[in-house]
Amino acid sequence: MSLMDYTDQWLSVVQPQISQGSSWLADLRQGAVEQFATQGLPHARLENWKYTDVKALAKREFVLPKNAATQADALVAETSLALDGIRLVFVNGLFSAAHSQLDALPKGANVLPLADNANVAKTLLGQVAAANFSGFTALNLAAWQDGVVIDLAANTVVEMPIYLQFVSTEHTDACLIQPRILIKAGVYAQATVVEHFAGAEEAANFTNVVTEVDLADGAQITHYKLQQESVHQYHIASLHVQQQRDSRFTSHNICLGGKLARQDIQVELNAEGAEVNLNGLYLGNGRQHLDNHTLVNHNAPHTNSNEDYKGILNDRSRGVFNGRVVVHKNAQKIEAHQSNGNLLLSDKAEIDTKPELEIYADDVKCSHGSTTGQLDENALFALRSRGLDEAMARGLLTLAFANEVIDRIEIPAVHDRIELAVAGRLPEKFNLKGLV
Amino acid sequence: MLEVKDLRVSVEGKEILKGLNLTINAGEVHAIMGPNGAGKSTLSAIIAGREGYEITGGSITYLGQDLLEMDIEERAREGLLLGFQYPVEIPGVKNVYLLKAALNAKRKHLGLPEIEAPEFMKLVREKLAFMKMDNSFLHRSVNEGFSGGEKKRNEILQMLILEPKLALLDEIDSGLDIDALKIVSHGVNSLRDAGRSIVMVTHYQRLLDYIVPDHIHVLSDGKIIKSGDKSLALALEERGYDWVIEEAAQ
Repeated sequence: MSLMDYTDQWLSVVQPQISQGSSWLADLRQGAVEQFATQGLPHARLENWKYTDVKALAKREFVLPKNAATQADALVAETSLALDGIRLVFVNGLFSAAHSQLDALPKGANVLPLADNANVAKTLLGQVAAANFSGFTALNLAAWQDGVVIDLAANTVVEMPIYLQFVSTEHTDACLIQPRILIKAGVYAQATVVEHFAGAEEAANFTNVVTEVDLADGAQITHYKLQQESVHQYHIASLHVQQQRDSRFTSHNICLGGKLARQDIQVELNAEGAEVNLNGLYLGNGRQHLDNHTLVNHNAPHTNSNEDYKGILNDRSRGVFNGRVVVHKNAQKIEAHQSNGNLLLSDKAEIDTKPELEIYADDVKCSHGSTTGQLDENALFALRSRGLDEAMARGLLTLAFANEVIDRIEIPAVHDRIELAVAGRLPEKFNLKGLV
Repeated sequence: MLEVKDLRVSVEGKEILKGLNLTINAGEVHAIMGPNGAGKSTLSAIIAGREGYEITGGSITYLGQDLLEMDIEERAREGLLLGFQYPVEIPGVKNVYLLKAALNAKRKHLGLPEIEAPEFMKLVREKLAFMKMDNSFLHRSVNEGFSGGEKKRNEILQMLILEPKLALLDEIDSGLDIDALKIVSHGVNSLRDAGRSIVMVTHYQRLLDYIVPDHIHVLSDGKIIKSGDKSLALALEERGYDWVIEEAAQ
C-alpha cells in the first residue's frame, strides 16, 4: 500500500472537525481537505522526507480527543515549568480554562484560545503557513481543534513569557492532537512565547502542530519550542515565520521526546534589517527518530541569519538535520551563518546531516559547517586530572556540548529545567545525577 | 612523598629526560628551575600522566606506589594535583560542577559520603573569598574567557578545595601581574603544611620571592645538575644558568 491509500482513513477520522466554525472557516478547512486529499502524507521519495519514513505513523489509527482536563490536574502540575504570568494549558490539544491564567496581560496584547475566538484570527490563519507545505500542514489546517491566537498591537511589550503548555495523556485510543498557534506582532511589539509539549510517560498520541508567526517592522519575538513528549508519542511540527523590516525572531528548539519527532522551521526574511537566530538541540535515546529541517529564505538585502544546531545521539537513535539557507537574487549584503555539530554516543546511533547553502546574489557573507565529533581530549585530561573518572568526565563534556545551546536560553526557570532534563537523559554511566 | 629515580623519557625518539633523580619529602617546598628546553615541562607532564611520552627507564614512586602504573584520576584521588601552565578552557562545564565532582571523587576514594550541598557551598564561598574571586564565577564555564591571572587563581582555588598531599605547580607564575602573583602566592603559602609537599616548576626567580622554597634544583639537558637552598636562586638571578652548566660539565 502506498501512503495515498491512507488518506481517506485520515480524512474520516477528522471528518467531525472539518465542519467546525463559521462559514469562512469551513471554506478554509474544506480547501485544506482537498489539498490533503491530493497531496497525502509525505512519502520518502520526497527529498525533504528522505530520512523520515512516516509509513508506520500513517497506518496507525487515531481518534479525536475528548475533553480530559478534569483528570489531568496532577499531570499538568507535574510537567509544568515554573513560569509566572500568562499561561494557556491544553490537555490533548483542548483548552483547559481551569488550568490557565490570562489576567496578567498588558493593554494591547490579545492572547486567546483559538477555538472560541476563531474570528479574531480570520486574517491570520493560513497566511504564513502554506497549506501545501506538507500533508501534515494541510491536515492541521483542515482539522485543527484548538490552539492560541496571540495578537500584539503596535508597541505592545509583554514582559512575562506567554506560556503555552500542551499536556498529552495516556489514552486507550491514541488521539490525534492538532493545535494551531498564531502569533502576530505589530510594529515594535515584543514578546516571548514558550510552546511546551510534555505529558504522561506512556502517552502514545500524535501531536501535529502548526505555528504561524508574523512580525511587523521592528517587532521582536523570542520563541521557545520545548518538546518533551513521551518516547511513544508521534510529534510533527512546523513553525512558519515571516519577517518585516528590522524585526528579530529568535528560536530555541529543544527536541528531547517522541518516538518519531519532526520539526520544520521556515523563515522568510522579507525586508532589510530582518534577523533570525535559530538555536537547536536534539537528544535521542533508544530508538527515537528526531528530525529537524530548517529553511531560511533571504528575500531582501541586509538580512541576517544565524543558526546553531547540536545533536546527541545514543543507543540506536537516529537524528536528521537539514539546514537550508537560500539567498535570493538581489539579496545583497546579507550575512548567514550556520553550524551543526553532533555527538554519537553509541556505534549504532546515526546522524544524517546536510547543511545546504544556495546563493543567487554575489555580495554576501556566508558560512556553514557540520561536524560529527569526538570530545576534546585536553578537556578530558583536565577533568580526569582532578579525580573525575573517565565516564563522568565524558558525561560532563557531553552535557557541556548541549549547554552551548542551552546556555542561550534566557529564562532561568526554562534553562535549569532543560539542563536537568538533558542531564537526566544522558547515559546512566555518566553518573551526572546529583551533580547537575 | 615522591621519589624520582634515574628517569629517562623520550618524545618521538628523542631523549628529553636523561636519568633524572629527585626526592621530595613531606612538608617540603621545592623549586625546579632551568633554561628553556631543559625538560621541565616533560617532567610535569610525566608526573601528571599525559600521553605521548615514552618512558625508557627509571621509576617514580609516590607514597610508596608506582606512580607510572596509576591512572590519571587515581593520582588525583591519592592527593597528587597538577596546577597547569596553560589551564584548559572547558566551555559548558560550570566551575561548580567540576569542583563538586572532583571533591566527591576524592571523598568516595577515602570512603567518605558525598558532601552535603550547604556544606559544599560554604566551603567554596570561603575559598573563593580567600582567592578574591567573585561568587558568580561558580556558574561560569571552567576557564572560559578568563584572563591569564584568573585561570591561575582558579588552579589554586581547586587546590584549596581538594587539599592535595603533593601539589605540582607548572609555571604557575607565568603571565601574572604583580597583584595576581601576590594572590596566587598567598593561596599557595596557605597550603604549606608539615604533611604536604609543593613542587614549583618555574622559569623566573620572581616567584621564589613570594613562595620561598626549602630546596632549589637546576634542571638542564634532562638532568638535575645542581641542588641547593634558597640562596641558589639569588646566585641564578645574578649570574644566569651558564656557570652551573659549566660547573656540572667539569
